[in-house]
Amino acid sequence: MLNAEQVLDEYFLDARCMLIEIAATLDRYDAAGEREGTPPASPRLDQIYQSLGILADRQSGSNRAEQLLTLFSDPVD
Amino acid sequence: MHIIQPHYHGIARTAQDYERMAMSGVAAVAEPAFWAGFDRLYPETFLDYFRQISEFEPTRAAWYGIRHFCWVAVNPKEAENPELSRAVLEKMPEFFAKPTVLGVGETGLHKSSNNECEIMEAQVELALEYDQLLLVHTPHLQDKLRGTRRILEILKNFPLDPGRVWIDHVEEHTIRQAKDAGYWVGFTLYPITKCSFRRAVDMLERFGIERTLVNSSADWGPSDPFTLQQCILDFRRRGHSLQEAIEVFYNNPARYLGQNPKFDLAPIQVETISGTT
Repeated sequence: MLNAEQVLDEYFLDARCMLIEIAATLDRYDAAGEREGTPPASPRLDQIYQSLGILADRQSGSNRAEQLLTLFSDPVD
Repeated sequence: MHIIQPHYHGIARTAQDYERMAMSGVAAVAEPAFWAGFDRLYPETFLDYFRQISEFEPTRAAWYGIRHFCWVAVNPKEAENPELSRAVLEKMPEFFAKPTVLGVGETGLHKSSNNECEIMEAQVELALEYDQLLLVHTPHLQDKLRGTRRILEILKNFPLDPGRVWIDHVEEHTIRQAKDAGYWVGFTLYPITKCSFRRAVDMLERFGIERTLVNSSADWGPSDPFTLQQCILDFRRRGHSLQEAIEVFYNNPARYLGQNPKFDLAPIQVETISGTT
């Protein structure tokens, strides 16, 4: 398995690319709103921002992927 | 490296994929019966499809030196039509006798409707009655967590050996439930939208390689059979040995699928030839 520094060596550019894609998607969404008026509230947009909150919290634990998948899941009983 | 691709929908792919798979070390593929992208109207259409994957597709794969095996089932999406499904189920035992058919799959759930649950139960009964391996599809995206729980509830009601059941398409939020219950689990790798090859290696490292199968997406939608090879490369780049890679990507499928004696590729061991320099 890789050590922490090697994980960054191996995956930093991938992560950077994926984060920039998210940023660009949100820019695209906002630009559409500026062109066409404020869009209605969207639970999907809320999910994206909630997931970014999880990612922004360095203390959110080492199961972030699982947390995001649960966030994006239909409610269970 | 020798590779077994345990979940591959060859009818939706080109001969060039077989050629490239052969060149990258794929020795065998197993093709579950799945949704063709539209809802079929006639039981006979399924039966011809089963003939295609049990008779024709092995010959196509053989051109490239690849062994081809398959599964038969009514997939969860079309299980929404119980009358059609029951008519197909009546004929499925004829296919169990064919030399490359490994079991019932992929059954499971899509939207977890009552009809889907009923037909999944009927197919579990069929697998038990004919002593077949069982491959269970779990829903994609937001339905996965709820659907997987429902599937595991259904399976608990049957006297199944969990070691003969493969719960497919697990991700980080569903893998524990399936593995803890003793089932085999499968990761399905997509170029976009679902599980990536990187996350698959994360899960192998975190949850262990035992009772775990890895397959690429290979169907008529956005998919890429070579995400499996990307996964192997990532696994090796993280420092895992060649034998460890063989354990995951060849020996595990050989062990699971080999529970049906028709699948006759045995696990392999890397050895150095002594006396050479």
